[in-house]
Amino acid sequence: MIRLEKRPQPSRAWSLATPLLAVLATMIAGGLLFAALGKDPVEAIRTIFWEPLFGEFSFYYRPQLLVKGAPLVLIAIGLSLGFKAGIWNIGAEGQYIMGALFGAGVGLAFYPFEAWYIFPLMVIAGGFGGWIWAMIPAFLKVRFGTNEILVSLMLVYVAEQFLASMSLGLLKNPEGRGFPGSRNLQQYDSAHNAELIAGSGMHWGVVAALIAVIFAYVLLNRHMVGYHIRLTGEAPRAARFAGVNPTRLILFCLGTSGMLAGLAGMFEVSGPSGQVSIDFNVGYGFTAIIVAFLGRLHPVGILLAGGLMALTYIGGDIAQSNLQLPSAAIQVFQGMLLFFLLAFDLLTNFRISLGKPEVS
Amino acid sequence: MTEVLLSLKGLTKAYPGVVANDSVSFDIGIGEVHALLGENGAGKSTLVKMIYGLVKPDSGEMVLRGTPFAPGEPRQARADGIAMVFQHFSLFDALNVAENIALGMENPPKMRDLASRIRDVSETYGLPLDPYRTVGDLSAGERQRVEIIRCLLQDPKLLIMDEPTSVLTPQEVEILFQTLEKLRAEGTSILYISHKLEEIRTLCDHATILRLGKNVGECIPSETSASEMAELMVGTALTPPERGNRDFGALALDISGLSVPSPTAFGTALRNVHLTVRRGEILGIGGVAGNGQDELLSVLSGEVQTEADAVKLGTAPIGQLGPVARRALGLLTAPEERLGHAAAPDMSLTENAMLTGATREGLVKNGFLKWAAAKEFAERVIKDFDVRTPGPENAARSLSGGNLQKFVIGREVLQRPEVLVVNQPTWGVDASAAAAIRQSLLDLAAGGAAVICISQDLDELMEISDSFAALNEGRLSAPRPAVGLTVEEIGLMMGGAHGMEVAHV
Repeated sequence: MIRLEKRPQPSRAWSLATPLLAVLATMIAGGLLFAALGKDPVEAIRTIFWEPLFGEFSFYYRPQLLVKGAPLVLIAIGLSLGFKAGIWNIGAEGQYIMGALFGAGVGLAFYPFEAWYIFPLMVIAGGFGGWIWAMIPAFLKVRFGTNEILVSLMLVYVAEQFLASMSLGLLKNPEGRGFPGSRNLQQYDSAHNAELIAGSGMHWGVVAALIAVIFAYVLLNRHMVGYHIRLTGEAPRAARFAGVNPTRLILFCLGTSGMLAGLAGMFEVSGPSGQVSIDFNVGYGFTAIIVAFLGRLHPVGILLAGGLMALTYIGGDIAQSNLQLPSAAIQVFQGMLLFFLLAFDLLTNFRISLGKPEVS
Repeated sequence: MTEVLLSLKGLTKAYPGVVANDSVSFDIGIGEVHALLGENGAGKSTLVKMIYGLVKPDSGEMVLRGTPFAPGEPRQARADGIAMVFQHFSLFDALNVAENIALGMENPPKMRDLASRIRDVSETYGLPLDPYRTVGDLSAGERQRVEIIRCLLQDPKLLIMDEPTSVLTPQEVEILFQTLEKLRAEGTSILYISHKLEEIRTLCDHATILRLGKNVGECIPSETSASEMAELMVGTALTPPERGNRDFGALALDISGLSVPSPTAFGTALRNVHLTVRRGEILGIGGVAGNGQDELLSVLSGEVQTEADAVKLGTAPIGQLGPVARRALGLLTAPEERLGHAAAPDMSLTENAMLTGATREGLVKNGFLKWAAAKEFAERVIKDFDVRTPGPENAARSLSGGNLQKFVIGREVLQRPEVLVVNQPTWGVDASAAAAIRQSLLDLAAGGAAVICISQDLDELMEISDSFAALNEGRLSAPRPAVGLTVEEIGLMMGGAHGMEVAHV
């Protein structure tokens, strides 16, 4: 009989190996799925994982990796802090939208005035927008004990309504001949989050994501706040005993994750996307949850996972257009990744043993 | 000896890395109260689980009334007349006594019939119990009665009792023993597991002593001295802790008129607690589990905050301060629950040293953690308190209970507390480790610190305390000098028999 036996200590080797195993298992199960759809599985997997990096048009896809990966990493880093402490911010998508609206709003308020300080002000406004949106569930949780999962998630839909209202109303381009959407910030130099090196995909959001990774790493490994975050997640009662103030921790974790999501939205609206529009958000805030777990809530892991997720996005797009795979199949494929990761995760704390069960 | 009821022959059971029982043999006679004596981890529980059909032996055999006996599951063992009262009760708080008992039966009779049978049995054996009372309202002693009556309804030939007195006051123990005497007189055999030597000497006819899974000796308890049995049990002669004469200094901790509502639905509210402890003094706080021990500790550790004046360190009001501020002032605590409260199971010992050591050991600077210093501190705890582990990088959960307890106590003692509060410092710890922990508390007091030791082990409290108080339903009795206290007096301080009466039949 097969059964699971708890390891005396979490296995380090397995915790590094499980993400790789999960990717491998996803490739196999995904291949079966694609084969069932009548496509060549090897070709499909190759298209998703190989084409964006080394294919014929990789000069176009590689910068896209940074453009897609940066917001995922930035948001996921913020989420991982809360997730480690058992504080579940599910509403990063809403905070992302609010950050974009605040950032773009500040930029557009200055239009057409040019000054060096406009972009930094937009960064601050973007971070603030995400922060304040996350403070709503945080405040309600510490004051009234509401569930942050529900409140933050529902606020996503409120934020989407805001976005629609803004792109049809206040922020609508006066010279847009009635089309919804704001002025294009790419055509407004002081507010444009341009590529730092032309053709590389490297914009300020990528820099911010890298800084966030380093910041989170130092925080978690070297700072009291990070220690308290980990302690709260692993043993809440021991955290209380150590003197962790749960209220402060909730405000910090939700606030930081909101701020980083807001920054991601702001960098996106002023850069790759360029304008506030009704369909501005594409689900980065939700995908970042997967990225955070795929990276095992570890800053470096999240960096790698963000890259991998961006790869499946871009590769998935290519597979859709080249092989006519349905987009739902790509989404299933991405879902499998999380599923396998969580399943293999078990091996970190348990070992499989073959033998008869015993009562100890 | 009388006729043999159950005979164990060479029972062996090994788990990965440890032999729990190594060819254990002994006989239990009909109508005999047989003690199974041993330290924590000596293999007592594994042995009785084999008799009760919960664990299968690797080798060896059992003979019950002349026929081979190998129960595959507890139901089979019960059918053969074996019943067991576990140390931890398995009762539902929300149901009444009769419903709880019906749940454990194969074919429960109608509730009214069952209730009258419960009344009959409980009165016959001097354990009065109203079958319609809700279990949630019963005291620990009364809950144990429910478990015992549940067993007696099966009309058992052998009753196994696992540490039955650990939840009872001395008066309640007295009542229990009368019941057991009555059962014995009727020819029921009892296998009585305990490590309390005096109890065994008063009650048991015969004792088998286990050490490290082996049967190391048998004796007639009434003819053997407690120290002889202790030596057999531990393997070496134990040196009782030395308590030098200490002079008490200034007032160290002062709690006055402290009332705290219960933090959870199943907790205990603290009611008007007063206590003082001076420098150099050890105050022992006894009481049956669940009478406010955890709550008292959390009020002292700062996890629960109160009015500033209710708790004073020296003369400084500290009731409103959190754990970190209290540690900075020198009030340190060690909770009962080692894994998950005193230590984070999956974190390394170094990280767990940081848990309470950060402030006083200077392991943080401007919010940044000094891991090298924390590791050094963890190593110091490991060395000074003889914690058996390969090193400070190991997870707390990889340590045995006793070793982790030494680490937890050592972590606080080495921080030079002004006042140290410990809850159940030697619970589940082997005798030599327990002696070391007690000695360290005595040394700490000798060095001028005030110590509060909350424990359910009365022997331990009598061994180290200067004064003694008891918690009963959230109230603390007035502390009295420990020297000269009799068991009866202690029992009354703990709440006497909690209103449980013996039916005189």
